Amino acid sequence: MALTKTHYEFKPYNVARWIIWGLFALILLLAPKLFNSNLSVSMLSQMGVAIIACLSYNMLLGQGGMLSFGHAVYTGLGSYVAMHALLAAGSGSLPVPVTLIPLVGGLGGMFFAVLFGYVSTKKSGTTFAMITLGMAELVFAMSLMFSEFFGGEAGVSGNRVVGESFWGITYGPQIQVYYLTAAYTLVCVALMYAFTRTPLGRILNAVRDNPERVEFIGYNTQHVRYLAFIIAGFFAGIAGGLASVNFEIVTAEVVGSGRSGAYLLFTFLGGATFFFGPIIGAVLMVLAFVLLSELTKAWLLYLGLVFLFMVMYAPGGISSLIMMNLRLAAFGRLKQIWVAYVGLGVTALIGLAGTAAMIEMVYHLQLNTTASPELVFAGIALNATSFNSWFGSVFVMLTGFGLFELARRQYLHDWEETQVYIEKEIKRREAL
Amino acid sequence: MEFFFISMLNGLSYGLLLFMLSSGLTLIFSMMGVLNFAHASFYMLGAYIGYTLNGVFGFWTALFLAPVLTGALGALFERLSLRRVHVYGHVPELLVTFGLSYIVLELVQLVWGRTAVEFVPPALLQGPAFTLVQHSVNGLSLVWGAAPAELCNSADAAVRMVCTTFPATRGFMMLVALVMMLGLWLLLKRTRVGLVIQAALTHPEAVEALGHNVPRVFMTVFGVGTGLAGLAGVIGGSTFVTEPAMAATVGSIIFVVVVVGGMGSLGGAFLASLLIGVVQTFAVAFDYSLLMLLQQLGLATSQAMQNNSVLKLTLSQVAPILPYMFLVLILIFRPKGLLGTRET
Amino acid sequence: MIALELKNVRKNFGKTEIIRGVDLAVQAGERVAIIGPNGAGKSTLFNLISGRFEPSSGEIWLGEHRIDGKKPFEINRLGLSRSFQITNIFPKLSVFENLRCAVLWKLGYKYTFFKFLADLEDANDRAEALMERIRLDKKRDVLAVNLTYAEQRALEIGITIAGGADVVLLDEPTAGMSKSETKRFIQLIREVTEGKTLLTVEHDMGVVFGLADKIAVVVYGEVIAFDTPEAVRANAKVQEAYLGSAVAESQAAH
Repeated sequence: MALTKTHYEFKPYNVARWIIWGLFALILLLAPKLFNSNLSVSMLSQMGVAIIACLSYNMLLGQGGMLSFGHAVYTGLGSYVAMHALLAAGSGSLPVPVTLIPLVGGLGGMFFAVLFGYVSTKKSGTTFAMITLGMAELVFAMSLMFSEFFGGEAGVSGNRVVGESFWGITYGPQIQVYYLTAAYTLVCVALMYAFTRTPLGRILNAVRDNPERVEFIGYNTQHVRYLAFIIAGFFAGIAGGLASVNFEIVTAEVVGSGRSGAYLLFTFLGGATFFFGPIIGAVLMVLAFVLLSELTKAWLLYLGLVFLFMVMYAPGGISSLIMMNLRLAAFGRLKQIWVAYVGLGVTALIGLAGTAAMIEMVYHLQLNTTASPELVFAGIALNATSFNSWFGSVFVMLTGFGLFELARRQYLHDWEETQVYIEKEIKRREAL
Repeated sequence: MEFFFISMLNGLSYGLLLFMLSSGLTLIFSMMGVLNFAHASFYMLGAYIGYTLNGVFGFWTALFLAPVLTGALGALFERLSLRRVHVYGHVPELLVTFGLSYIVLELVQLVWGRTAVEFVPPALLQGPAFTLVQHSVNGLSLVWGAAPAELCNSADAAVRMVCTTFPATRGFMMLVALVMMLGLWLLLKRTRVGLVIQAALTHPEAVEALGHNVPRVFMTVFGVGTGLAGLAGVIGGSTFVTEPAMAATVGSIIFVVVVVGGMGSLGGAFLASLLIGVVQTFAVAFDYSLLMLLQQLGLATSQAMQNNSVLKLTLSQVAPILPYMFLVLILIFRPKGLLGTRET
Repeated sequence: MIALELKNVRKNFGKTEIIRGVDLAVQAGERVAIIGPNGAGKSTLFNLISGRFEPSSGEIWLGEHRIDGKKPFEINRLGLSRSFQITNIFPKLSVFENLRCAVLWKLGYKYTFFKFLADLEDANDRAEALMERIRLDKKRDVLAVNLTYAEQRALEIGITIAGGADVVLLDEPTAGMSKSETKRFIQLIREVTEGKTLLTVEHDMGVVFGLADKIAVVVYGEVIAFDTPEAVRANAKVQEAYLGSAVAESQAAH
C-alpha cells in the first residue's frame, strides 16, 4: 500500500506544547523562591520524588489497567540500591557522582522489576493485584532477614556530601538537593509522557481496554505487560534513589504495604485517567503526610473517607473533575454553573466542619485521656464532654448537609442543562 | 513424637482458622467477582465486638451475636457503598473495599484504643484440652484436660516425664471451623438458597433472568461472608490476640491462600489453608538453618560461610515468608492454583 | 493452493463433544460461508482456528504452518485474522487509534518505545486509508465506545483486516443490522476482502448466497456439506437439517 504525497502537508509548530512544558519547568525553578522556608523546600523535594513515583505507578494503573498493591517494592529497593551505591561512592569503591545516584536507583528498581515482574505479570486483573500484594509482603518480610542489604531495624544511612563537588555543588544544603530533584522530575515526567506516545505505550492502552483483542492483532499481551512493568520499575527506582539522596537514610518501611497503599490511594485521588492526574495526587500525598498528619490525629480516617467517596462518586479523580469543567468552559457554559459550584462548596464545607468537629472531639477523648477535654478546632474552643459542643456540632452538620442536598439538586439541574446544550452544539458543528 | 502430634494439631487448627476466613472471601469473590480487601477488617471487627459483648453478656452470647452484628455491618456496607460501585467494574469494587479497610482500622482504634485488649476465653476453654504425658518408663499416655502436677514432674531422678498440652481454645477453634464447614456444605448442596447461590456463582445474569432478586442475594452473600469472618474473629481474637494489627497480619495470608488454592474454589481454599497452616506452624518450631544442615552433613564450612547471614537463617526466622514463597512457586508451576478452574 | 485446512478436528468441553470430527479444506482466495443452526459449533470452530481454544484432537493447517495449539498472537502473525460476533474493539481509544494499533505489528514496530507514533508515516497513512475504506473517516477522533452499533461493527472489520492478513474470519459480521445497513456492509466486506481467503459465519441467507463461492453447512459439530451454493441448496441432507422452510427459500430468492 505505497502512498506518495500528492500535496504539500503543513504541520504547524505545536506552540501550546512548548508553553505547557515551559511553564512546568518555570514552576519547578521558581517554587523554592516562593516557598522558601526549610520545611517548604524539603516538602518540595519530596513532592518531586512523589511525582515521579506516582507517575510510574500510573503507567501500570491508568495506562495498563494493572492494579498493583506492591509498587513500593520497586521504589524502596531502588532506594536501598542507591543508598548502597552512595556508601560505595563515599568510600571510593564506586566512582559514581552523587548526581547520578538516582540513576543507579533506577537501574536497581529495573533489575527487581525484571526479576519479580516475570512472575507477577503471568496473571492479570484481580489475581495480579493479589500477587503484587503477596510479593510486597514477601519483600517486607525479607527485609528483616537479610540485614546486610536492608540494615535490619536501623536501616541503612549514608552521606550525600561525598565525592568531588562540581561547580560548587556539594548537595549539602537542601536547596541544592531540591534542584537536583527538580531536574530529574522534569526529565522523568517528560520521558514518561513521551512513552505514552510510542507504539508500546499505545498498545499498553489497548491491553488495558481489551486484553483479549490485543492477542488477535498480533501482540503477546503478557509480554506487553512485562515490558511496561520493567519500565515503570525503572522510574520507580529513580524516585527511590532521589529519596535516598534526600533523606540520607533508608528503613524497611519504604518497601512496606503502607507506602504501596499510599501510592494507590493518591494516584487514584489525583486521577488515573489523565496523564497529569498522578502529579496532583503526588502533591496531595506529600501535603497529607507532612502537614495534615500534624494538623489532626484523624487524618487517616479522613483519607479513607475521601478515597471511599471519590471511588463512589468521581472514579476519575480530581483530574477528571478538572477536565470535565474545562470542557464546560470550552463550550462557554462554565459561567452558568459556577454559582451552583459555590453553593455546593459552601454547604459541603459547613456540613463537613460539623462532622469534623465531632470526629476531632471523639479522637481527643480517646487519645488524650489525661489531658483536659478542651480542644481548639479551627479557632473555636470546644469541650469534648460538654453537651453544648456536641449539640452545636450536630446542628452545624445537619444544617450543612441539609443545605447541601438542596444545592446538589440545583447543581444537577444546571449540569443537565449544560450537557444538553453541549450535545446540541456538537451535533451542530458536525453538520457544518 | 508428641511434638509432631501436637504441632500437627496446632497447624491444622490455624489452617482451619485461615479456612474460616478464606471461605467467606472465596464465596464473595465467586458470587460477586469482588475481592473483599476489607475481609480481614471484618475479622478484626468480629474480634473487637466479641470482646465487648464478652464483657457484658459472656462468651457464648458473644460467639453467637458478634458474627451476626459483623455480618449486618457487612450487608449494610454492601447496600450503601459496594452496590453503587458495581457498575464501574471489578477494580473500583476492590478499591472501595480497600478504602473501607483504612476506615475500619481507624474506627476500631478510635473506639477501642491502639493497644491490644484482653479478650479472655471462658473458663471452660481455658487450659488444655488434653495433655500428652511422655513417661520414660511407661511410655506415651493421654490425659484429658490438664495433667496433675505429679504426672508431669517426677521426684525420682531416674524417671523423666514430659508433658505437652494442646490448648482447649485451639480445639474449640477446630470444632467451630468443622461445624461451619458442614453448615456451609449443607447450605450450598442441600437447600434451595444454596442452589441459587451455586447457580449465581457462575451465571449471575441467568439467575437474575429467572426472577431471583440477585442484588438481594448479593447482599446476603456479602453479609454471610463477612459474618463468617466475624465468627473467625471471635475465635481467633480469644485464642490469639485482639489488637489493631490483627487485620494486617492475617489479611495478606488469606489472599495468598485464595490464589494458591485457586481463585473461586472452596476446596482449593481448604487445601491451601491447611497446607499453609501446618507448614508455618512446623517451620516456626524449627531452629535449624542451612548452615547447621551443612555442618550436620559433615561438609566443610568456611569462615565466610559461617558468617553469611543467609546461611545462618533458621527456618523459624524464614517462617513468615513461607506463604509468599508458596505463592511464587504456584504461580510459576501451576498458575491456576491447586484446585482452580476459573481463567482469570 | 490450500489456504486453510482442518483435519478431523474435535473439541470437547468436559464430557460434551462440541466439534465432532470436522474436515475442511479452503482454497486460497475462496469465499466460504459457514451456516448452520444455532449451537452447531460455528463460533467454536472459529475459536479453534484462531487459537482462542485448543482442539482436543486433530490438526489445523494455515498454508504450510500447523497452527493448532498455538497462541492467538502467533496465529495472527502467520497471517490469519478474525472478527468477533460480540464487538471486541478498544473502547477508550479513538477510531483512528484503534486502527493504528492494528497495523503496528505488521509494519514491524513490535514493542518499541523509542519512536513516536506521530512520526510513523506508514502506520498513520495506512490507518487513514483504512478509515476511509470502512467509511469512518468523519469519526476519526471519536472514542470507539461512542460510536453507533453499525459503526462499531465497521470498526471491528477494520481492525480485523488492518494487519493485512491473507485469511480473514468474520464471525456474524452483520448481526443485529437492518436490511439497508446489511446491504452496505456486504458491499464493504466484498471490497475489503478482495483477493483474500474469507470465512464468514452468517445467518442471513441472502447474504450467504450472494457473497459466498462455497458454503459449509455445520450441524451438531460436523460439516454435513461443503459445496457451491446451488449444490448446497439442492442437497437433501441440508434441506432436511436447515433450509427446509419456506422462509429460507424466499430469502434466497432475493
